[in-house]
Amino acid sequence: MGPGLSAQTIWRWTAIVLVHLAVVLIWYIAVKVGEVPKFVLASPHETLLSLFDTYPWFHNTMVTTAEIFGGYFLAVVVGVGLALLFSWFRTVDALLMPLVVSLNMIPKVALGPLIIVWFDYGIQTNIIIAFSISFLPILITTARGLREVEPDLIDLVRTLRATRRQIFVKIQLPGSLPYIFSGMKVAVVLAVAGAVVGEIIASDSGLAYLIGQVQVTLDTAAMMMAVILITLVGVALYLIVLGLERLVVVRDARVETV
Amino acid sequence: MTAQPASGGEPFIRLVGVKKVFRARREEFLAVSDATFDVNEGELVSIVGPSGCGKTTLLKIVAGLFPHDGGTLEIGGAGSDFDPARDVGMVFQQPLLLKWRRVLENVLLPAEILGLPMGEARERARGLIDMVGLAGHEQKYPYELSGGMQQRAAIARSLVHDPRLILMDEPFGALDALTRERMNLELLCIWEQSRKTILFVTHGIAEAVFLGTRVVVLTAGPARMADRIDIDLPRPRTLDMKTHERFGSYARRIYHLLGVE
Repeated sequence: MGPGLSAQTIWRWTAIVLVHLAVVLIWYIAVKVGEVPKFVLASPHETLLSLFDTYPWFHNTMVTTAEIFGGYFLAVVVGVGLALLFSWFRTVDALLMPLVVSLNMIPKVALGPLIIVWFDYGIQTNIIIAFSISFLPILITTARGLREVEPDLIDLVRTLRATRRQIFVKIQLPGSLPYIFSGMKVAVVLAVAGAVVGEIIASDSGLAYLIGQVQVTLDTAAMMMAVILITLVGVALYLIVLGLERLVVVRDARVETV
Repeated sequence: MTAQPASGGEPFIRLVGVKKVFRARREEFLAVSDATFDVNEGELVSIVGPSGCGKTTLLKIVAGLFPHDGGTLEIGGAGSDFDPARDVGMVFQQPLLLKWRRVLENVLLPAEILGLPMGEARERARGLIDMVGLAGHEQKYPYELSGGMQQRAAIARSLVHDPRLILMDEPFGALDALTRERMNLELLCIWEQSRKTILFVTHGIAEAVFLGTRVVVLTAGPARMADRIDIDLPRPRTLDMKTHERFGSYARRIYHLLGVE
C-alpha cells in the first residue's frame, strides 16, 4: 500500500486544488474584463457575499443534504438488497432483470411530477425521487459483480465441497464489492439530480427551491451560491463513498469509473 | 493396450474405458472416449494432447466435478479412505487468487472451506509458502506478485489441506518460457518433498516427458487415448536431460502419436 503520503499523492492533490482555483480565476477575469452585469453573472466574491443576505441558507442546505443523503442511503440498501435476491433466486433474476433494464430506460426525471402526485410534496417525497433515480445503477452493477466469478474458481472450491453460503461469503460478496462501489459512485450524481428535480417541481424548502425563489428577484449571486452549495453537498457524499471504498476494496480490485 | 508395470497392490487411480458425452440442445459431443490408464500412489503422470482434446474434461472427471458416462473410475483403491473433498488439490492455468486476500490468506482458503483447525493450517501454510519459494511474501496482495509467484501461491494453496492427489491443468501455460522451465524444476522438488500423486495436464510435449514418471497421450477430440509411455529417465531430473538421446526419442514418439511429423 506504500506510505501515507507519497510524492505522487501530494502532486495529485495539488493539481486538483490548482485546477479548481484556475476556474475561479477565469470566472473572476471574465466578469471583470467582460464587464458582465451582476444579474447575468455575479463575480466570485459577490457570490460568496450573498451568504450574508437574509436567505435561510443553513436551513435549506440541511434540507437538501437530508434529501440527497436519505435518497442515496435508500438506493444503496435497496439496490444491493435486490441484487442479492437476484443472485440467490434465479427465477427472480430471470423475471425481473429484463424489467429492470427497461425501467432504467425511463427518463426518471420525468417521473418527478408523478411521484409528487402520489406522495404529496415535502422532504420525504424528494427522498423518494432521489432514491428512484439512483438505485438502478447500483442494482445493475452489483448484480453483475455477483455474477462475475471465474468458473474455474467455482470448480476449485466445488472440489472442496464448499457450500453455497461459503461461496457467497468468501468469494461472491467480496468479489462484488468493487462493482458495488462503481455503481455507488455513479449514483451520487443521480441522487443529487433527483433531490434537485423534486425541489424545483414542488417543495417549500431546499437549495433548489431557493433558486426558484430568488430567480424572481434576479439575485444571480444567490442563485449561483445555491448551485455551488448543492455541488458541495454532492462532492461531500462522493468523498465519503471514495473513502469507504479505500477502506474496504484492495487497490488492484477497484473499478475505475469517474 | 500395454500392460501396467507390476507395482504390487492396487493402483491409486484406475480408469477403464472412461467416456464423457456433453449434450447441448440436440447435439451430442463426445468429449472423452475410452480413457484407460492407471496411476500409482506417489506418481507424477503427465497427460499430453492438443488443445481441445478433452484433457481438461478428463481431469475434471477425476476431480469429481462431473460424472462420466461410461467405464469405471476408481480412486484410492479398494478399502482405502480416499475423501474426494479433502484429498484433491487443484491448480489451474490461471492462479485464481482472490484479489482482496493476502498470499497467506489465499493459501488458507481450502482449510477454511473444509473447516480445518486454523492454528495448524496457518503453520502448514507458512511452511508451504517457504517451500514454493515465497518466504517473505506472505502479507502481499496478488497484484504485488509476478505471474510465476502467483502460480507458486496457487500451488501452495493446492497443498494446504494435505490432499493425496494434486490435479494440475496446464499450470505453467500462461508463463513465459524461462519462468516455465524454472517452475518445472521446482515442481519436481515440491513433488519429491511432498510425495503427492500428481496428474499434470499439458500440451507441451517436452514438459510432459520432463516431468512425468509416465505420459498419457491423448489425440484430438474426442480424447481417445493413443498410448501410455513410461518415462525411464534418471531422477532427480535436470535440464541437461532435455538434450539426452532418450528424452528425444520419447518426445519423437509422442509427436508421432499426435500426428506431428
